[in-house]
Amino acid sequence: METDTIAAISTPVGEGGIAVIRVSGDEAVPVVDRVFQGSRSLAEVDSHTVHYGHIVDPKTGKRLDEVLVTVMRAPRTFTREDVVEVSCHGGVVPVQAVLEALLSAGARLAEPGEFTKRAFLNGRIDLSQAEAVIDLIRSKTDRAARVAMQQAEGRLSRLIQKLRQDILETLAHLAVNVDYPEYDAEEMTGRLLLEKSREIEKAISQLLVTARQGRILREGIATVIIGRPNVGKSSLLNTLAHENKAIVTDIPGTTRDVIEEYVNVRGIPLRLVDTAGIRETEDIVERIGVERSHKALEQADLVLLLLNYGEPLTDDDRKLIDLARDYTTIVVVNKTDLEPKLDLDEVKRLIGDHPLITTSLKEERGLDKLEQAIADLFLGGKAQSADATYVSNVRHVHLLERAQQSVRDAIEGIETGVPLDMVEIDLKNAWQYLGEIIGDAVAEDLIDQIFSQFCLGK
Amino acid sequence: MPVSGEKFDVIVIGAGHAGCEAALAAARMGCSTLLLTLSLDTIAYMPCNPSVGGPAKGHVVREVDALGGEMGRNIDKTHIQMRMLNTGKGPAVYALRAQADKVLYQQEMKKALEHEPNLTLHQNMVEKLLVENGVCHGVLTRTGAKYYSKTVVLTTGTYLRGKVIIGDLAYESGPNNQQPSINLAHHLIDLGFETVRFKTGTPPRVNKNTIDTDQMEIQPGDEEPRAFSYETTEYITDQLPCWLTYTNERTHAYIRDNLHRAPMYSGVIQGQGPRYCPSIEDKIVRFADKNRHQIFLEPEGRDTLEMYVQGLSTSLPEDVQQSILRTIKGMEKAEMMRTGYAIEYDAIVPTQLWPSLETKLVENLFTAGQINGTSGYEEAAGQGIMAGINAARKVQGKEPVILSRSQAYIGVLIDDLVTKGTNEPYRLLTSRAEYRLLLRHDNADLRLTELGYEIGLIPEERYRRFVAKREAIEKEITRLRETKVKPTPEIQALLEEVGSSPLDNAIELSRLIKRPEIKYEHIARIAPPETEVAPDVAEQVEIQLKYEGYINKSLQQVEKMRKMENKRIPDWVDYDKVVGIATEAKEKLKQVRPLSLGQASRISGVNPADISILLVHIEQGGKAHAKAE
Repeated sequence: METDTIAAISTPVGEGGIAVIRVSGDEAVPVVDRVFQGSRSLAEVDSHTVHYGHIVDPKTGKRLDEVLVTVMRAPRTFTREDVVEVSCHGGVVPVQAVLEALLSAGARLAEPGEFTKRAFLNGRIDLSQAEAVIDLIRSKTDRAARVAMQQAEGRLSRLIQKLRQDILETLAHLAVNVDYPEYDAEEMTGRLLLEKSREIEKAISQLLVTARQGRILREGIATVIIGRPNVGKSSLLNTLAHENKAIVTDIPGTTRDVIEEYVNVRGIPLRLVDTAGIRETEDIVERIGVERSHKALEQADLVLLLLNYGEPLTDDDRKLIDLARDYTTIVVVNKTDLEPKLDLDEVKRLIGDHPLITTSLKEERGLDKLEQAIADLFLGGKAQSADATYVSNVRHVHLLERAQQSVRDAIEGIETGVPLDMVEIDLKNAWQYLGEIIGDAVAEDLIDQIFSQFCLGK
Repeated sequence: MPVSGEKFDVIVIGAGHAGCEAALAAARMGCSTLLLTLSLDTIAYMPCNPSVGGPAKGHVVREVDALGGEMGRNIDKTHIQMRMLNTGKGPAVYALRAQADKVLYQQEMKKALEHEPNLTLHQNMVEKLLVENGVCHGVLTRTGAKYYSKTVVLTTGTYLRGKVIIGDLAYESGPNNQQPSINLAHHLIDLGFETVRFKTGTPPRVNKNTIDTDQMEIQPGDEEPRAFSYETTEYITDQLPCWLTYTNERTHAYIRDNLHRAPMYSGVIQGQGPRYCPSIEDKIVRFADKNRHQIFLEPEGRDTLEMYVQGLSTSLPEDVQQSILRTIKGMEKAEMMRTGYAIEYDAIVPTQLWPSLETKLVENLFTAGQINGTSGYEEAAGQGIMAGINAARKVQGKEPVILSRSQAYIGVLIDDLVTKGTNEPYRLLTSRAEYRLLLRHDNADLRLTELGYEIGLIPEERYRRFVAKREAIEKEITRLRETKVKPTPEIQALLEEVGSSPLDNAIELSRLIKRPEIKYEHIARIAPPETEVAPDVAEQVEIQLKYEGYINKSLQQVEKMRKMENKRIPDWVDYDKVVGIATEAKEKLKQVRPLSLGQASRISGVNPADISILLVHIEQGGKAHAKAE
């Protein structure tokens, strides 16, 4: 029914070297063109042709991935609308990044089965396939409903509900001023509304920060192992990789000459990143200097700092501890099979709150404690955000961003003196976007809220 | 008097606010119309508050007027006070409200009915509808007369099995001790209509000479002349004020002490009352922490001392009412002239109606007003004019007129009723309209007068005036878009004078007027139009340009829904045969039988997946049907 432009990943996620993102709708070509850098504009190219280029972040202009783009104009396409297919690298990260770029460029994330539905409605699929379409819509929606149910009991859902309740109360207050102008409720002033809107904006922003953390969970926790030479970094890497059947992906892209190894630690995907090149050199501080080490660590979600139990603490160790203290760090004291020479008390004093684990990788002892510590950090809510509510779904992130934009529009409106009953349009939009996240947007709620919040009548 | 056996095009039962508009619309559209009422003395009677308009309701009055209805004109002639509310807010929510002289209002409306060609006004009680094979073709009165017609509009207000309740006293009655309509109520149930029991109430009235207005806050009318009707040119300048006072802890304590005597709590009242119109005892219980409630004293007319005590709606026993009144500041010696009461009545479940207000059960039968579960004179009038229009069009063999939610508050009202139903007497609120920025008080004519003309309710001369206004607005908007002003010293000085920042560069007038402090009058000073622009045109130009961004946002939302609204659900759709729709949704769809996918999507319990499946089913069937033919 709707003919807006939709996009979705059309290949199974996380499988295969190449992924395809399909975009369909009247605006398919201009949408992709907005984030595509190639030798010429897609608006000019012939139908059913393939073009090499890059997808860039529409906000920063940064290149996200190297792609091949296929432009197919209506009607000879799957949906009989204009269709553009973007083939990018198959890793979870580039695919999500490209999809998000397309969504920011104006596409909407497709509903389950929506491409097929459009194909059908545009006469592309014959009648015998209709029931399959219905099954598809039904089954996907049931699944979505189950997910929604699970979320209904989850923290995200509770947070969104609270946020919506805040907005609803504000809307009800505005509404009562409008519908009962003589009622002796405090007038919702611009100042009051501005204050409220800013609170709401802040709350949404915070949720979006956790969206980044949610992405960590989805895309893997970027993990960096640091320590002095011969402390056991390679052993740790290999042990983790061996124990957990590492998947080694080699992505020789224009911007990605990094080796990444994915390991699964108690359900948490660790992405062991060789950002600092620990394989080549043994001492990152020595090699790239403190300032750049910081930069390397900033890319990391988790730092594993290795110390040698069999040697006293050195100045290099202290430097590393100093460096790692500002990050999510687990200190691993290795080589407990050796004569103890390390002053553990001093280490504990230096590292403060960071967890400390003792291991002997050689004797394969202590690894489970390390895994537990990692799990505690990322599943136990002790990771960088004290509030480990993860917004991990692209659709949710997108709706949150729209809600945020609506609240920002409202704030701008108030600041430029727009009548508050018009600003309400933006707030109501925000409330509806949030409602879509938890599958709940009933306008009747507002009427109920007005009458439960205020005592009205003749 | 009509002769038994006489034939009409349209018969309207009931001459309240719905019935009057329905009968006038049908008659004006050329249908021979019979209007039957229980009493010619209660035509357009206001059994509750003496006021017309307010937020959303006032918008409806403007819409009724823009369509060629009577309510706006009538209140313009008979008010004792008018105020524009919400003037501190945006133009979308400006709302006009008038205090009526109740008796004058009735007299004027009766006059309008009496002078209408094609309209026969007759006092009689209808006891039965003449229905054969599911088609209504007339009525039977208590006196045994039968009148025949092609269509019937039923507007029974709160009379169906009406029951007045005061404390533990309860008796069968219409509002204000009018005779109730009992047999017709049973007849409707026999016909198979599903009915609900609703409750509403009214406060006591007091003698103005027994209250001390010096202790109250005065609420005068606006000095600026106001009118509901676009046609009104003469204004009433002599206005009467209302008065504001408050309940206090003593009032509340007295009510709490007597709660056991309140029928709401003793179980005497069974009907569902409206949340927006709670009785004072209900307010005290539900909002216990509120230490005072507003009480407005409103004159019931120019030539009476009776004052309506707004805020004190109650069904407590008479002696309690008298005592409560006297706890209120300025009312210590108040003499109660009429006792407040609650009234229970039958309404039909409005999802039994098509959006044309014709019933699904009985063809050619239309219903409007409180019988459809609404409350309020304005809501009644809005439905009344639509029921009248569609009853007449049915006679003329034309498609019904259905107002959309983006076109009128009346559209919102009727769509809500027939799509969602209501579990309490329904009141319009601006918050019920999702496109309220488009449904402004000021632009009702631009939204509806063209339609009113097409229907045949707007006379040629009025239409010509309207078209001239519309063209003047468009012309002036175009001029403001195309004219740029340069930062000359004169203009900078003018901007400074009105507290606006100076210009950096040349700028279109259409952009300059977007500044909050810039009004059309400033624009006219900066760059005067060739011929002077009328105030109502200037108002439109200013609103449409100043709030263009927000108006466009609303228009985009309308556009998003447009395809859904336009996608009709064909008659052949059998919901039992649609595979995959959830059971609850299926039941709702079967009951409401929505006309469009847009309407279907608003039924509670029908989710987007159900809509998708329904759409696929329609397309699939559409192709099968096309093949079969």
